Amino acid sequence: MDKTVNQKAWFLVLPVFLVVAFSAILPLMTVVNYSMQDTFGNNQFFWNGVGWFKELLDPSTDLGGRFFASLWRNLFFSAVILAIEVPLGIVVALSMPRQGWSVAACLVILALPLLIPWNVVGTIWQIFGRPDIGLLGYVLNNLGINYNYVSNEFDAWATVIVMDVWHWTSLVALLCYAGLKSIPDAYYQAAQIDGASRWAVFTAIQLPKMHRVLLIAVLLRFMDSFMIYTEPFVVTGGGPGNSTTFISIELVKIALGQFDLGKAAALSLVYNLIIIIVCWVFYTVMTNAGAERRPNQGVA
Amino acid sequence: MHSIPGRRLILALFLVFLLLPIYWLVNMSFKTNEEIVSTMTLWPHQPTIANYMRIFTDESWYSGYINSLKYVVINTVISISVALPAAYAFSRYRFLGDKHLFFWLLSNRMAPAAVYALPFFNLYSAINLFDTPWAVALAHCIFNVPLAVWILEGFVSGVPREIDETAFLDGYSFPRFFIKILVPLIASGIGVAAFFCFMFSWVELLLARTLTSVNAKPIAAVMTRTVSAAGMDWGLLAAAGVLTIIPGALVIWFVRNYIARGFALGRV
Repeated sequence: MDKTVNQKAWFLVLPVFLVVAFSAILPLMTVVNYSMQDTFGNNQFFWNGVGWFKELLDPSTDLGGRFFASLWRNLFFSAVILAIEVPLGIVVALSMPRQGWSVAACLVILALPLLIPWNVVGTIWQIFGRPDIGLLGYVLNNLGINYNYVSNEFDAWATVIVMDVWHWTSLVALLCYAGLKSIPDAYYQAAQIDGASRWAVFTAIQLPKMHRVLLIAVLLRFMDSFMIYTEPFVVTGGGPGNSTTFISIELVKIALGQFDLGKAAALSLVYNLIIIIVCWVFYTVMTNAGAERRPNQGVA
Repeated sequence: MHSIPGRRLILALFLVFLLLPIYWLVNMSFKTNEEIVSTMTLWPHQPTIANYMRIFTDESWYSGYINSLKYVVINTVISISVALPAAYAFSRYRFLGDKHLFFWLLSNRMAPAAVYALPFFNLYSAINLFDTPWAVALAHCIFNVPLAVWILEGFVSGVPREIDETAFLDGYSFPRFFIKILVPLIASGIGVAAFFCFMFSWVELLLARTLTSVNAKPIAAVMTRTVSAAGMDWGLLAAAGVLTIIPGALVIWFVRNYIARGFALGRV
């Protein structure tokens, strides 16, 4: 089942290449161009070489300080939501009903948060969390917990994290559910004959079968949380202070707020580079995992 | 055998957690602003559809929905039609630079929209597409085309290669084979890919807002208008939010049987 070598396949790929190149390479060239220059308005540009990059990578400058602060904040955020969403998603997938109408009902409810526009997700949590008009904020405050996501840093973080868990755990759950569905019943019967414990079934049968989908889940969740913008922006606006200003929010502030094109472009390139590196690591792991599994593929 | 203890309770709790904030939004959309601000009520005591009526009768509101749907549909059509042949190529052939190309596509799916907001603004202004649905539709291709290729490649790989070979032996030309045989075989995959393109284009706001100003303004951007001098119009905001959930809920219903496999990008 080796793929045949055929250079004419390029003709089939060409439309995709052109469409994506138009959207990706052209704009990126503008970014590279800006990143080397400085502007004082009036469309006058001055050559600045690698000056912006030097400033960006030096935490003692204003730009560098903001970059690193938002970078660590964002990495911490991604780590927290991965640590919550992956186990929770697996548990939810394992709890799914097996047949009947309830499967379809559960799937639809699970998928619902994924299809809500991101700013509406922010709006929903803004409304839900406000101490005056929101159910969550109202209940918490009446329980004696002084909860206010606008002024308290911890509350703002908690809200953003719970919101992300609400928004995206379903993705992990649906992916794992798809992995679990592909396990033939014979495996479970064999395990039963062997008298395997519940835990053994999970580690020996279910987890290995979910391996591939879990990789996709972790990749998608890491990437999407690393470029999160709209939801926290709507809820907290990056505050209180700068406490929930993630990289994308910082970038948009610099680019569209201050119109510091050079700084924004340099930040964009470094940001993109980090993403490409992480992506490459995942891709390599994934294709290797795929290569191992080739022999028993075929049944999709 | 593959159930875990207390699974019904866990699942029920999780589903309630998912539905509660949505319920609150729906609840608020049927309330008057006085009721929202003055008292905490678990359901609308004086239910009103005034908020919805305002959206359906005010052109600046409902045109937002039409604008959003326009670019979402254009984007889905473009994405699927360019991705189909490419998915076939990636699934069946090896060619110069195939792995790099696939990776490059994947990396574009992950590219942060914030990086592209400003350059896209320049690019689409330069070619006079700014403030049209085409600008947003093309901009969204940067993440939807790679995603569509990725999903469809998984589904095409599920079609045995013998089918291609038999078709070619029977004298099918490539385009005819593609349309008459392959497309019907992966129809569910195309449905899933279209669903995902629809979904990601529908939920994205940053690019959609940056690339439009008046004529093609998406609903998500129109929603920011509810802040006025008199304070927030919460009821109206909630009603607009509810209406953005409905198209998504409708499409999920049609693909519910394929949704799990689709989220695994056709790779289970």
